[in-house]
Amino acid sequence: MEILVCVKRVPDSAENEIEVKADGSDIKREDLVYSVNEWDNYAVEEAIQIVDRVGGSVTVASIGNPDAEEVVRREMAMGAANGLLLTDPAFEGSDGRGIAAVLAAAVRKGKYDLVLTGAQADDGAAQVGGMVAALLDWPYASLVNKIEVQDGGMLRVGREIEGGNQELSDIQTPCVLSIQTGINEPRYVGIRGIRKVASVEIPVLKAADLGLNAADVGRAGARVKRADYFVPPAGAGAEILQGSTDEITAKLVDLLKAKGGIK
Amino acid sequence: MAAQVFAYILHKDGKADDSAIELVSAAKQLMPDAAPVAIVTGSGAGLDAVCAEAAGSYPQVWKFAHDALAYPNAELIRPLLQKVLPKGAVLLLPHTTFGMDLGPGLSVKLDATYLPDVVGIDGLEGATLKVVRQEFNGQASTHLQGDISGGAVISVRSGCFPPEESRSAGGQVVDKSAEVGELTARRRFVEVLQAEVGDVDITKEDVLVSVGRGFGDKENLPVAEELAQAMGAVVSCSRPIVDAKWLEKARQVGTSGKTVKPKVYLALGISGSFQHMGGLKGNPFIVAVNKNSKAPIFQVANVGVVADVLEFVPSLTEKINESK
Repeated sequence: MEILVCVKRVPDSAENEIEVKADGSDIKREDLVYSVNEWDNYAVEEAIQIVDRVGGSVTVASIGNPDAEEVVRREMAMGAANGLLLTDPAFEGSDGRGIAAVLAAAVRKGKYDLVLTGAQADDGAAQVGGMVAALLDWPYASLVNKIEVQDGGMLRVGREIEGGNQELSDIQTPCVLSIQTGINEPRYVGIRGIRKVASVEIPVLKAADLGLNAADVGRAGARVKRADYFVPPAGAGAEILQGSTDEITAKLVDLLKAKGGIK
Repeated sequence: MAAQVFAYILHKDGKADDSAIELVSAAKQLMPDAAPVAIVTGSGAGLDAVCAEAAGSYPQVWKFAHDALAYPNAELIRPLLQKVLPKGAVLLLPHTTFGMDLGPGLSVKLDATYLPDVVGIDGLEGATLKVVRQEFNGQASTHLQGDISGGAVISVRSGCFPPEESRSAGGQVVDKSAEVGELTARRRFVEVLQAEVGDVDITKEDVLVSVGRGFGDKENLPVAEELAQAMGAVVSCSRPIVDAKWLEKARQVGTSGKTVKPKVYLALGISGSFQHMGGLKGNPFIVAVNKNSKAPIFQVANVGVVADVLEFVPSLTEKINESK
């Protein structure tokens, strides 16, 4: 099975305090720690496990400036044979639909049976996978937490739905699936693994290589634009306890007792 | 602009989902004079009850009955909506696992603008709709401007558009089942497997000590277990803890886990994503401990401590044990 996995380089929101710039134009990015989007890492692991079972190969693709290459290499080091960088100034300012158009064009350049994305990324939109499927006119399933390859080009997939229940469906390949965290246990990648793929050439495709018009992607083609970032006016919010650890714990014990939190 | 506004009604066992009445409020905020149309798809006896319920809040209800629609398979409902929605329609969806499955692809098929997981609607100026979203796991908010001149698909976060009190729309139910026609999809629904049952039932507990990513490593779990023991509480957790297989799924609080209603909830090293908070009901007293002062959990907690859980929690356990 030939599998393309779309990955994104994002600020690691578990490792960073995100702050908004004073003028609201962006978040403060100078000191942020970047990594691969967590959902995408599960998607790459799943692709590699499928290929281990049924054969084929995995290609990891990312849209972005040259910094994205570091993330593609890290994911290739998990066991993906190929990388692909989709880089063009014309892609900047793309909305979800624009990003999906670039990825769909990259899918059409290859011969893939399956395209995986993470269920969502740093903007929490959970939109790109479903848009890629619609642009390709392929079937789609979101929030997938189980994939079994069956006969006749069919996959049995599980979707994680409310309450942690699992919705099982049979889906025809070629298809697009967005992957939920927890579907597997992504392997650890050490420095040695990354060194092994350090010299593998990663093709770079631009808008023209993908047959895309600059007017259809990027800022020019975006029907959704971000006006600003802002910090919402603080609501009631928590009363932040101040003082020494001893003072804080004493106060908390009193509060917990009063609220019935200590039996 | 006079786009027609529609809302897709989720339902189960003959009852509309809570999102149905929230989408009415969202529609009113979008266009104060909107007369939103509820779209109800399904089959069987319960469908008419859902339509009648929706007619209490919506001036018009479009009913689509078909055996193939018995289970809400987005791959079937997408082509149906593509067929029946007028050009330029604005469709509101709940940002649930169904909405996420349906919405993005539908927006492409309708050539409409997609606005996902909207938490606020600032208003419409001409054809430009300004909405509020959150990014970076709730750590930053953003205003988006969407050009909705060609229609829009808008998914709305649960709990952000409080329903109106009065439900006397006296709506009319229009049976549009004849328009359904033939439905086929390359994704066939098989069955729903119920979540596993664990050795504890966190939904029945009054006091929960909930573990999040801030604990860093499975080896640190005893720090939380010792606190829970001192308090006479039970340990629950957030999603990353289950993904990492530290604790069983039955202990997960959130929309994809259990819905709990304790009296006291300790969120330790939990950032407080909306999916997590969606599983916490009944207005408990919330204590949050997190080293990130920007963590959204501090917006909803009653009391907060900005500290590393591994340093702070043992001190709290000790203090509780001393106080006994």
